[in-house]
This record gives sequence, C-alpha cells and structure tokens, in this order.
Amino acid sequence: MTPPTLNLWLIPILPLAGAAINGFLGKKSSRPAVTVVGLFFSGAAFAWALSVAFRFSSVELPYQEYLAHWIRSGIFTVDFAFYLDQLSLVMLLVVTGVGFLIHIYSVGYMWEDPGFYRFFSYLNLFMFFMLTLVLANNYLLMFIGWEGVGLASYLLIGFWFTKDAAASAGKKAFIVNRVGDFGFLIGLFLLIHHFHSLDFTQIFDQVRPLSPETAGRGLLTAIGILFMIGACGKSAQIPLYVWLPDAMEGPTPVSALIHAATMVTAGVYMVSRSHFIFERAPGALTVVAVIGTLTAFFAATIGIAQTDIKKVLAYSTVSQLGYMFMACGVGAFSAGIFHLMTHAFFKGLLFLAAGSVIHAVGGEQDMRKMGGLRTKLPWTFWTMTAATLAISGIPGFAGFFSKDEILWRSYQASWAYWLIGVITALITSFYMFRLWFLTFFGEYRGAVSPSHDLETHSANDTASSHGHGHGGIHESPKVMLVPLVILAILSVVGGYVGVPESLGGSNRFDHFLGPVFRSTLPAGSGQTQMGEKGAPEKETEGTEAKTEASRELSFTGISVFAALVGFALAWQLYYRRPDWPQKIATSLAGLYRVVANKYYVDEIYAALVVKPLVLGSTDILWQGVDRKVIDDTVNNAADGARHVSDQVRHMESGNLRSYAGWIAAGAAVLIAYMIWRGVAE
Amino acid sequence: MVPLSYYLVLSGILFACGVTGFLIKRNIITIFMSIELMLNGVNLSFVAFAAHWHTLAGQVFVFFVMVVAAAEAAVGLAIILAVYRTRETLNVDQVNLLKL
Repeated sequence: MTPPTLNLWLIPILPLAGAAINGFLGKKSSRPAVTVVGLFFSGAAFAWALSVAFRFSSVELPYQEYLAHWIRSGIFTVDFAFYLDQLSLVMLLVVTGVGFLIHIYSVGYMWEDPGFYRFFSYLNLFMFFMLTLVLANNYLLMFIGWEGVGLASYLLIGFWFTKDAAASAGKKAFIVNRVGDFGFLIGLFLLIHHFHSLDFTQIFDQVRPLSPETAGRGLLTAIGILFMIGACGKSAQIPLYVWLPDAMEGPTPVSALIHAATMVTAGVYMVSRSHFIFERAPGALTVVAVIGTLTAFFAATIGIAQTDIKKVLAYSTVSQLGYMFMACGVGAFSAGIFHLMTHAFFKGLLFLAAGSVIHAVGGEQDMRKMGGLRTKLPWTFWTMTAATLAISGIPGFAGFFSKDEILWRSYQASWAYWLIGVITALITSFYMFRLWFLTFFGEYRGAVSPSHDLETHSANDTASSHGHGHGGIHESPKVMLVPLVILAILSVVGGYVGVPESLGGSNRFDHFLGPVFRSTLPAGSGQTQMGEKGAPEKETEGTEAKTEASRELSFTGISVFAALVGFALAWQLYYRRPDWPQKIATSLAGLYRVVANKYYVDEIYAALVVKPLVLGSTDILWQGVDRKVIDDTVNNAADGARHVSDQVRHMESGNLRSYAGWIAAGAAVLIAYMIWRGVAE
Repeated sequence: MVPLSYYLVLSGILFACGVTGFLIKRNIITIFMSIELMLNGVNLSFVAFAAHWHTLAGQVFVFFVMVVAAAEAAVGLAIILAVYRTRETLNVDQVNLLKL
C-alpha cells in the first residue's frame, strides 16, 4: 500500500513561481496583472496548506516527502526532502495564512509605488524561503530557508534603496544576522562531525538514548548554545536584536509579515524543532530562558519611550519574541509555539493597522503628531483595539491565553522568570495602551489639515500618498481593511484553541503539539523535563492537580491585574493627564534620555565593534597589509624586474660582434671555472 | 719530443687570435679568415691529443672538420662575392638590410 501523498513540495514552489513570474515579467505588465500573479500564488500556497491540514489525519506522522538527492558523501547524505508534523503544520498555516492576508493588504498599501511588481516578487520569494525553512526535513535545507529569508528580509528592508537609512538598515540586518548564522553553522558542523547526519529523524534517533548532560559541558550543550546564537540573530534577541528596530525602514507590510509575524519567529521554530537536543542540554536551555527573559524585559522598557509608532511595535516584537524563548527555555515548547501563533495574528494586525494609520496621516510615523483618529479611522481603530487587548493579555483575547501559559510554565521552572515576565506584561500593556491613546484619543496634533502632498512620507513612499488626489485623513481602502478585520477576528478567537485546564478548557493546542514535544527523554532518566508535564500525569495526581489548577488560576489573576495596571497607567498618563508624561520625563531626565536612546546600545556596539572593525580594516588591513605588504610586494617585484631588464637589455644590441663577444666571454668564464676546479681538485 | 702542453698553448693562441680577429675586424674576408683560424686552432688540439694518446679518433675529427670547412669556404666565399657585387662593400656594419 502506498501511503497517501500530500505533495508538500507544491507549497514552497508556488510562491517561488509567483516570485519568478513577477520578477522577470512584472516590469512590463500592468499592476492588476502583478496583483493577480502575486495573490494567486501565495493564495494557492495557503489553499494547499489548508488542504494538507484537512488531510492531516490520513497520513502517518511525521510525514516525510522525498524529492531528490542533494549531497552524498560517504555515509553523510542530505536530500531535498520535506517533513510534516504538527509543529510544521502550525507554522505552515501561520506563514501561508498571515502571509496571504498581508499580500492582500500590500495591494492597497503599495499600489502607487513604482516598485509594485518588485515588492510582490520579493514577498513571494520570502514565502518560498520561509516555507522551505519550516518544511525542511534536515538542518541544511532549513539553513537554506534560513539564509533565504534573510536575503528576502534584506531586499525588503532596503526596498526603498534610494533612501540612505533604508539601505543601511538592510545592511545592518544582514550583517547582524551573519553573526548569528555563524553560530548556527558551527552548530551544524558539530552535528555533522558527531552524528554524521543533518536529518531531523536520524539525529533524533541517535540523540534519543543519550541522557541529559549536566550544565556547562558536553556536546549537546555546545550545539544548543550555538543554535541559540543563530536564533538570537534571526529572532532579534539580546545581544543581536539591534537590527530589528532599524528594519522598520522597510514598507509596513514587510514589517508585519517578516519582522513581526513570520521570519523573526524562525529562531523559535528552530529551537523548538531541536527540542530533543535542548532537552538533553539543561545548560543550553537555561541560556535560552535567560536570554528570552532579559530580552522580553529589556526591549519592553525601550518600547516605553519610543515615539515612532513602528519603533514601539518593533521593540514590542523583540519583547514578545523574548517571551517565546522564555517558554522554550523552560521546556514549554508548545506554549512558545502557541504564543508564536497568536503573536503572528495580533502583531501582524498591529503593524497593518499602524500602516493604515500612517497611510491615513500621510506618512507621519511620530505618535506625538497623531491623536484623535478614533472617529476618522473607525475600522483601523477597532481592529487595532482588538490587537492591543490581545497583546496586553486582557482575558478573552488571544494573547492572554498564550502569555498566561508561558508565565505559568516559567513559574514552574523559576519564580524569577515569572516575576520578570509579569513585570514585562505590565510594561507591555502600558506601552501598547500608550500607543493606543496617543494615536486614537485626544486632539489631533499633526498639521492642521494633513495634506497628502506633505513631504513627510518616507522618500519613495510619497508616490503612494500623492495619488489619492484628496486631502484630509481618510480610512484606508477595503483591500487593506479586509485583512485587518480577518486578523482582528483571529486575534480575538485565536487563543481559544489553547484554553488551559485551569480555565475550564482542555488546552487542545498543547495536546495537538504533544506528539512532537513529549516523551523524547528516555524513560526513567532522573532528570525532569522542567515545565513540560504531560496532561495524563495531572489527571492521575488527583487533589494535587486541583491545587495546581487553583494556583495557576491565581497566577492568571496576577498577570491580568498587571495588564490592567498597565492600562490604568497609560490611561492616566496619556488620556486624563497628557501633560504628565512630559513632567515625568523632565523630572527623570537622565533616565528618560537613556531609555529614549535605547540604552545607547547602538552607540556601544558602534564603539566596541563597528569602529574597531572599521579602523582595523582601514589602518591595519588596508593601509598596512593591503598597501604595504600585498601591493608593495607586487609592485616591488615588477619594479625590480623592470630595473634588471633595463640593465640586461643592453646585451641585446643587435650587433653581431657583441654577441660573439658575449659567447667568447662566456666560454672563457666556463674554461676558467673548469681550470679552477681542476686546480682545486 | 715536444710536450703536449706546447701544442695546446699554441692551439689556444691560434683560437684566441681567431676570436679577436672575428670580434674586431669589419671586413668580411678577414672575419672569414678568423673563423678558419679558430677551426685550425681546434684542429691542432685534436691532432695533438690524437698523437699524445695514440688514437685515430682525433685525426678523423680533423679530416671531418677540414671537409666541412672546405664546404663552408666554398659557400661563404660565394656569398661574399654575391654581397660585394650587389653592395660594393665588404664592411659587415653596412650589410644591415635585415636589421630593424
């Protein structure tokens, strides 16, 4: 019996075809044609992913689809092959689903841009690489996708490449990611060296019998930490997060798709995919948890003082990614993936709504110049409200369930993670409602009638604002609102797939991902799996389970309280007393300046890394090595040859007698030498 | 009996005279004669060695050299005649039509 085939290869290939068609032919074709191609291929990928989801139960998991040989070297083989399990299915649906919605949104947002076809080509290319990343059945293919999304990210950040800031933001993203990729790559080499394979299942089979390593030593710990370095680069964690806020130079749909919903979560996916390694390396897990927790807190505090609407969301993304790593780090991989999914919904929505706001006010991104947009942009306002409630962890919305799950699991590992997590939740709620109040409430603080001819719209983006022909703040076109509404619905209901037991749910999401993440440690190994406790265990433990549940409930209460405090603070400061923030900023001038300048991390990196590199390259490598050693060697060799030739060329006089003379002289020398030798002997 | 070294020194002197003449003379005929002188200087050392070691090889060489020299003289003189007829000079420095 042949197993049913899912033709997984179609999913990445479709967007690739779209990218190729739009990339090669888009320049000459009309906008509607480009739109049709771009939407059709991303939509087809989504449709196929949905059909895979419907046929999901008919295949044996993990389902593998083998396409072609790639590398064969002795016992080491790497194939083009795809891998589907619950984890990749979730990622698949998130990437294609949110991706498709953002494609639709982009039609409206980018319509006037001269690079319309280019934008869709890049967007489809990104989808191709991202889907390769999540579907790969081995680390090398995953790495291809990993690098590919980096490329697409670079292209899209620098989409308006005539703008200096955009071009250098693209370079920054690419270079910072190189640092992380370096770690990932060395991790891969270690895997090849010790396991002679990069295939998930093969490595899994070899790792399975190993018992957890004690912290601080061992191969798996090293691999885990190296992988985490890679994840730090891609998923913008401390110390490599600096590229993500700058990446906001790209068009807003790009920020939504790549730098919020999908690509930056690749690190979380990779760590979750490698959970069998991490579970056996408690040291590496601790590193993941600590980095995640610190990043969550650190980025959230920066978010408080940002005035650019997209920068707030960018730091919020970094912070939320920190939550996901915190979850992975305490072993609650399914909670991390759950938050990844809900985050994709509400953060994608936040960015799209922010894009809609920016679009409406003519390219202004400074929240201090917004305000009072609630009535003018009702759709944007309500969808953004849903997203804000979701990210702040207000009960009933998607972010509440996933964040609560993470906080509870992290408490089981250590109260310190939980405490920082709750404080971060408070800060998150504060800065999100600050954004919400500043943007939608109070008086409009921008130019009196924000004409669409304002030069403020980011460089090439001006084209998109010029075309409207009418001034004033206006709601975005339907093509942009539909994705907003769909994402808003998902932000509201998306959390109900994982309602925890303590709230009367059954945490179906956790159970769904269960087969991927559970039972990878050998039975009877003394080490606990930290937060990853099986549900059956809970049932058998009777009363203890009940107290656990009630404790979980009280912790939920605390995090809800934190969210409400954040809301109340924002309400007090930015709605009731809009003059207070300024006063607080002046009274805490020093602290405010440090936070507003993002703790000077960029400056520190510039002084510690960039400047020495530039100086070293200029003074030592260029002026020293290249000019003094390499160039001088070559030049001196050539000069020397020329000088010697200059002298020797006089021998070639063309005078027959002088030649004869040289012959005679040579003969004489030879004879003299022979005589001398003869005498010497 | 005259020692071998006498012959060799004489042979060397003859050869050196030939070389010097070849180098400093401009007249083709003289140059030609200098070449003959060198050949004969070599011939002398050949026969001297042959006589010294009591072998015939050196003498055979000399005959061979003389035959080749005779042929060379015939061709060479013909060329010199032809050159003199066309250019009215025997100065080698003026026979430079093929030079750049």
